[in-house]
Amino acid sequence: MAHGTLSLLIEPARLLEVVRALKDRFGFDMFLDVTAVDWPQRQPRFDVVWHFYSTRERVRVRLKARVPEADPAADSLTGLYGSARFMERECHDMYGIAFRGNDDLRPILLYEGFVGHPLRKDYPKQKEQPLVPYRTNEAAK
Amino acid sequence: MSLPLPNPIRPAFDRGGSPGAVIVNIGPSHPATHGTIQIVAELDGERVVRTDVHCGYLHRGFEKECESHTWHNLIPYVDRLNYCSALINDFAYCEAVEKLMGIEITPRCRHLRTLLSEYSRIADHLTCIAAALMELGAMTAFLYLVTIRDYIYEHLAALTGARVTYSYGRIGGLANDVPEGWLKRLGEILDQMDTFTGRVHGLVDRNRIFIDRTRDVGVLTTAEAIHWGFTGPILRSTGAPRDLRKDTPYLSYAELDFEVPVGIKGDNYDRYFVRMREIDESAHMIRQLADMLEPGPICVDDRRCTFPEKHLVYSEIESLINHFKLVMDGPQVPPGEVYSAQEGANGELGFYIVSVGGGVPWKVHCRSPSFVHMGGVHRMLDGYQLADIVPTFGSVNMIGGECDR
Repeated sequence: MAHGTLSLLIEPARLLEVVRALKDRFGFDMFLDVTAVDWPQRQPRFDVVWHFYSTRERVRVRLKARVPEADPAADSLTGLYGSARFMERECHDMYGIAFRGNDDLRPILLYEGFVGHPLRKDYPKQKEQPLVPYRTNEAAK
Repeated sequence: MSLPLPNPIRPAFDRGGSPGAVIVNIGPSHPATHGTIQIVAELDGERVVRTDVHCGYLHRGFEKECESHTWHNLIPYVDRLNYCSALINDFAYCEAVEKLMGIEITPRCRHLRTLLSEYSRIADHLTCIAAALMELGAMTAFLYLVTIRDYIYEHLAALTGARVTYSYGRIGGLANDVPEGWLKRLGEILDQMDTFTGRVHGLVDRNRIFIDRTRDVGVLTTAEAIHWGFTGPILRSTGAPRDLRKDTPYLSYAELDFEVPVGIKGDNYDRYFVRMREIDESAHMIRQLADMLEPGPICVDDRRCTFPEKHLVYSEIESLINHFKLVMDGPQVPPGEVYSAQEGANGELGFYIVSVGGGVPWKVHCRSPSFVHMGGVHRMLDGYQLADIVPTFGSVNMIGGECDR
């Protein structure tokens, strides 16, 4: 328990099993959010963080799983919750977490062809990669 | 010179399933998609077969930017998430940080935040309904509603100094107390609003054109809405009385008397009506809160986050150092993580923040209702007419700032 939310650290391989139990046995019918936290100095490097809400019991629960940098992947929850589709795409955009089973991991907030994952701590904040090249003085003439 | 410009998106489909199908592109530069959403639709005649919704045209790296500023400096950024009800963002973010710091805000601050949240909700709902009606051609109703919204903006400018993005919340309190005469003007605006919303009801509720465009269009069932993550007025329009203000009361909501209006069918008409009824409930709450306000401090007496008074900064060394440390290092937030959510005007507005101690966040993630709604909006568009996209999209109230962050 932390600040009123039950927080569970689970093995990534057991995710689907745990979420099925949460949904079917404990009534967590709403998928709120998925995101990741980058800890560059730590092995395994990423925390993937899910939040669920039960509209019946009116409580939230947080699941966390640690995934390594070499294979940043977790199972997709799109089979259980429709709303996971967009949020997993965003997490894939920002941290490069691959969600196995989500067949649509196209960029969503970024654009096609964007290189890298901007919310990783080693992506420089000032880095620019414009889709359309900046106009130079020569071109403006 | 005209090089072919690269396409920022890759559509999910580029040919139709049947021989007569046509693929059309709507937006992002289209007023009905609020300038930031692109919809690729497959049409069979006038009927929409399937849609592929793209967002991200307003992405500006909010979460990345948060990781290099102090906790206080983020307040102007969170303002710009949902810019129709910026104060709710302020308070939701501040509450999340306060939870990590273990701060309990003063009663006056709590009541004022609740009052201003409801006031912002009114402004947001007015904007949504006004825009949606204008997109259907109802100019008179639009003008009635934005007139009131403008009174609210000017009134909030008298309190905060800005019309739209206020930067008014503070960790542990508020920027300043309400000026003299502010609450009196608040009552006048609410009274005038009752008159004008009454006229809009008269113009719209039983209007044949409006009913034809909205009744049984964009229908959503409760189970579908929950499956696709819909919250707020959209979920309530399906008949589910789910409202964080009632379900997990925060701020002063447990002390207030209010109802949670719900719809019957979950269509565009219900979403219009739920928002109109919520405006009434918010006004009812504001009147109660104005009576409940007691004199007292608006900021907690906690040197970790509250700035010392200016005359002390100039006259004693402890306050000078305190001020300097708060500006340069930021409020010291203990390590930990918290997910804190409030009922925003569009639905559950959650902040997931991670601190490793110190004055700068390790991570700030915003669970924005608009983004989640865009993930499920195709359920409300597919199967209806092409022209229905406009009222349906208007009734979702997508706000680019919080959708794309």
